[in-house]
Amino acid sequence: MRFSGLRVLKEGLTGNKGWQAHWRDAEPKGEYDVVIIGGGGHGLSTAYYLAKNHGIRSVAVLEKGYLGGGNVGRNTTIVRANYFLPGNSEFYSHSLKLWEGLEQDLNYNTMLSQRGQITLFHSDGQRDAAIRRGNSIVNQGDEAELLSLAQLKKMVPYLDYEQQRFPIHGALISRRSGTARHDAVAWGYARGASERGVDLVQNCEVTGIDIEGGKVTGVQTSRGAIKAKKVAMIVAGRSSQVAAMAGMRLPIESHVLQAFVTEGLKPCIDHVISFGMGHFYISQSDKGGLVFGGDLDFYASYAQRGNLPMVEHVMEAGMTLMPAIGKARVLRSWGGIMDMSPDGSPIIDRTHIGGLYLNCGWCYGGFKAVPGSGYSMAHLVATDEPHEPAARFRLDRFRTGYGLMDEEGTGMQHNLH
Amino acid sequence: MRITCPLCGARDRREFYYKGDAVALDRPDPAAGEAAWDDYVHNRDNPAGPTRELWYHESGCSAWLVVTRDTRTHEISGVDLASDLAADVAGAGA
Repeated sequence: MRFSGLRVLKEGLTGNKGWQAHWRDAEPKGEYDVVIIGGGGHGLSTAYYLAKNHGIRSVAVLEKGYLGGGNVGRNTTIVRANYFLPGNSEFYSHSLKLWEGLEQDLNYNTMLSQRGQITLFHSDGQRDAAIRRGNSIVNQGDEAELLSLAQLKKMVPYLDYEQQRFPIHGALISRRSGTARHDAVAWGYARGASERGVDLVQNCEVTGIDIEGGKVTGVQTSRGAIKAKKVAMIVAGRSSQVAAMAGMRLPIESHVLQAFVTEGLKPCIDHVISFGMGHFYISQSDKGGLVFGGDLDFYASYAQRGNLPMVEHVMEAGMTLMPAIGKARVLRSWGGIMDMSPDGSPIIDRTHIGGLYLNCGWCYGGFKAVPGSGYSMAHLVATDEPHEPAARFRLDRFRTGYGLMDEEGTGMQHNLH
Repeated sequence: MRITCPLCGARDRREFYYKGDAVALDRPDPAAGEAAWDDYVHNRDNPAGPTRELWYHESGCSAWLVVTRDTRTHEISGVDLASDLAADVAGAGA
């Protein structure tokens, strides 16, 4: 079933009776070439690219809940490629290029909206850093543009520019960045993978990883044993628990990150705006809700909810930046489980166990990475060689100290990102 | 979330700085080798359940605390002074 404007018209005129399920809810078979643990954005995109790019169709995606029910359905939907450090820079650049062709590739409306991401600066030192970052992004072949105060005021007149605490001096804008419909990304990849023969198995929790003679042979699940030549762990939010089944301890600490959405308003915020000094960022969804968030609560958590001090901090930051939103009522808030790595950058790598692969550590930036992560992970699993844009996401960089990617420059420790 | 400091009583979470897993109390010997130090500095059990972690009463008495907390519910079941535990460790080793 292909989607098209004509199809929408035809279905509309014939009572919408021709739509079918977008993917098969598969029963698990006894054996696969590749088993992917985790039916989130990254797991589904990995399955899709394994089938599409590498012709590997004997693939199962095992999801303990329902497809896309984890962080891919619970984020703030921002897509961007404004990273500075080698490793991150080329990876997110590749991922953004995939985003730009994704709707055509998947024949699925992911509602990508390249509305531009504005990162504010508040001092001469921050302006210098923004120029340096922008030049780095331009040199890498992407786009970044410095906005003067006058340009910025014309573009977003509603910010509090004259405030005492963080007067706004200008911004760096990435015009190709923006937002996408998060659920549709999961569904689109699920559909594309399922059409190519991948089994998407829901309500199937992996309870053990079988290893013989240093090689993986399959997994134990709540729906029976499944043999596999290769197993990929793609379970950000539960990485430590799944890796423990293979006897591994990961350089990961799980933290809670909260986000908020208001009642629907008329269009008022046309961009994604990042206010680093307040740890605050905001955009407006197509439904009209203001979607915004802040920093981690900064303690280990699997509760999927945070505490009030960070709620208060985020609201204060929002009011500091744009007092105009003060009367908007918050509809709901939620917390997601973030795989935090010591340097704040992810891991896509082999493990010391043959046929067992690891994709984790996405910290608070996993959504924008969904296409690139799946593309590179599929390459790694299929060929046993790292894919160039993700080649620096090595697991051993913490042990060796080489190739660390501390984008924030805060220090290479668990409690600093 | 409130933490009951053994010296100051129950205080708001904002008074405390979070260090992380209480692994720091089990610091390896300087000559323990690269693998032991890599494990100590980077790798974590990261349990979904009860865990022991270090909190610093930054806006209070400046004591380092070992807090036993459930990461699934944020429920705190015990708070000890890290200095007491360190003394116990030293005493046991003597």
